[in-house]
Amino acid sequence: MSSQATGSTSTTNQRYKETFSLGRFARVYGAQLGILGVFFGLWIIFIVSAPDTFLSSRIYFAFMSTIPFFAIMAIPLTLVVIAGEMDLSFPSIMGMGMVAFSFVYDATGSGITSIPTRVFLAFIAALIAGGLIGWLNGVIIVKFGIPSLVATIGTQFFWRGAVLVLTEGRNYTLSYIKESFLYPALVGKIGGYFPMQMFWLIIIAILGWVLLNRHKFGAHIYLIGDNVQSAQLMGVNTGRVRIQAFMLIGLISAFAGVLYSFHIAYFWPSLGDGYLLNTLASVFLGGTSVFGGIGTILGTFLGAFIIGAIEAATVAVGLTGFWTQLIYGLIIVLSVIMHTYLRKRVQ
Amino acid sequence: MDYRLELRNVSKSFGEVQALENINFQLGLNEIVGLLGDNGAGKSTLIKIITGYHQPTSGEILFNGQKVDHLTVPKARQLGVETVYQERALAELQTLWRNIFLGRELTNKWGLLDITKMRDETYRLMSQSMGFTSSAVSPNSHVGTFSGGEKQGVAIVRALYFDAEIIILDEPTMGLSLKETSKLTNFVRDIKRAGKSAIFIDHNVVHVYNAADRIVVIDRGRIAGQFVTKDITLDMLMEKMIRVAETGNLD
Repeated sequence: MSSQATGSTSTTNQRYKETFSLGRFARVYGAQLGILGVFFGLWIIFIVSAPDTFLSSRIYFAFMSTIPFFAIMAIPLTLVVIAGEMDLSFPSIMGMGMVAFSFVYDATGSGITSIPTRVFLAFIAALIAGGLIGWLNGVIIVKFGIPSLVATIGTQFFWRGAVLVLTEGRNYTLSYIKESFLYPALVGKIGGYFPMQMFWLIIIAILGWVLLNRHKFGAHIYLIGDNVQSAQLMGVNTGRVRIQAFMLIGLISAFAGVLYSFHIAYFWPSLGDGYLLNTLASVFLGGTSVFGGIGTILGTFLGAFIIGAIEAATVAVGLTGFWTQLIYGLIIVLSVIMHTYLRKRVQ
Repeated sequence: MDYRLELRNVSKSFGEVQALENINFQLGLNEIVGLLGDNGAGKSTLIKIITGYHQPTSGEILFNGQKVDHLTVPKARQLGVETVYQERALAELQTLWRNIFLGRELTNKWGLLDITKMRDETYRLMSQSMGFTSSAVSPNSHVGTFSGGEKQGVAIVRALYFDAEIIILDEPTMGLSLKETSKLTNFVRDIKRAGKSAIFIDHNVVHVYNAADRIVVIDRGRIAGQFVTKDITLDMLMEKMIRVAETGNLD
């Protein structure tokens, strides 16, 4: 790698040292500071208005048990949205992953006697199915040049339909999974308290952060979302990177589908219904721009917990469940306004 | 034949539109070629074929006498082609260091970014080559906050940083102040002094005349003519340019 610019003469190796300035700190971390403020602000409001609920650890273990199912998908969705794309098909991919799981489990029944082995093979099949469907989404979007919003509305229906056709609407009991090591590994409780799905969410969030901020792939995701033509002119394979992003969300969605089905030891063909808007809201609440090029994993992570906590909080605070959606809406709209305002101020 | 780059009978059409027709173009070793032509003459298309962004409909591209098939942007860069695009090809929401290394990030073998090195290099380039002295500008600054001249500086320094053999400047003076323009002309002279070749495209005949060894005039997708700058006066060149624009013919 050559490092000498044609025009430069000096060879001294100057190192860049960042001097701390509050303004610069705010510029770089503005969006994250904003969502952190919202997060802790809401938390304090919850504690003050329902101290019995929010000062006991039980509610937090409940959150850690239920929020990861959609928060896990919000991580790769953040990457997709930063790249300027959209995916609406991931709830159906959750279902298709479990179709692959159930079919492979049933099909191996005659040949393999060990249930843990069959469950493991079924698990791998689910991940492969998720990755493949994601790849197909990417190919439809990139090779045919169809806007991802439109393409994934189509594939969302298609794969949900495929789930219903293939299962003929039947439910599957998964009681056998309890014999597999995957059961405690995926949805067990560490020390009887800490849910494993929370552990997986943390792992996926850390991996997602590294991928986005410390890896070439993430650098290209940001560039594509920012200015796809610039990225192309400078030699970034924009098609491949976008296809990989869709594969990633496909793979993780299938994983989330397995987690949820293991959690309830049951596979409903409607698996994933109801997760679409929560997951999307987590991403946008977290400060990811719908126009692409901007977004953070931390924001999405906090966004998911805000979304997940609102429902319990509304009830704990003493309002009826009817208020939940109204408060969701209010917080989402106000946060998005805040993000837009912060972005303009600090740029 | 000692050409750094040669195009033989290159044509390019976009659907029904014939953008380039049988272009034969040569760029010598350590030669600065100025490309002149009206809007829509095909200058940018020609450039984008050389940089691998567009594939020619027919014809051959040769680098150092070797025929190259299926030229892509990364392949062209490997062959030493660096471009300062008219549209600057920056990502304005991203930081300066990400823009300098756009599409060519320094990574380890697992693809993990070497951010410290990229920031240090950006800082070195900033202070030595870009002439950024303002303390408000750092490798972590967002490019969208820069002035037009600063953005152009980023695009040029980026092209020079990676050991380029052929530097293409596509309308580099657009939107620049007088001072910035003269700085740019010096850049082009530096390229010549460093023994590299360059293709310099501009609307402004004067800028091209002052910087180029040879001038190629493109009109309506064809090469209308070429001149060695030292054999022609600026007035004669201007006259011919106007004649081409009116009649499509040099004489």
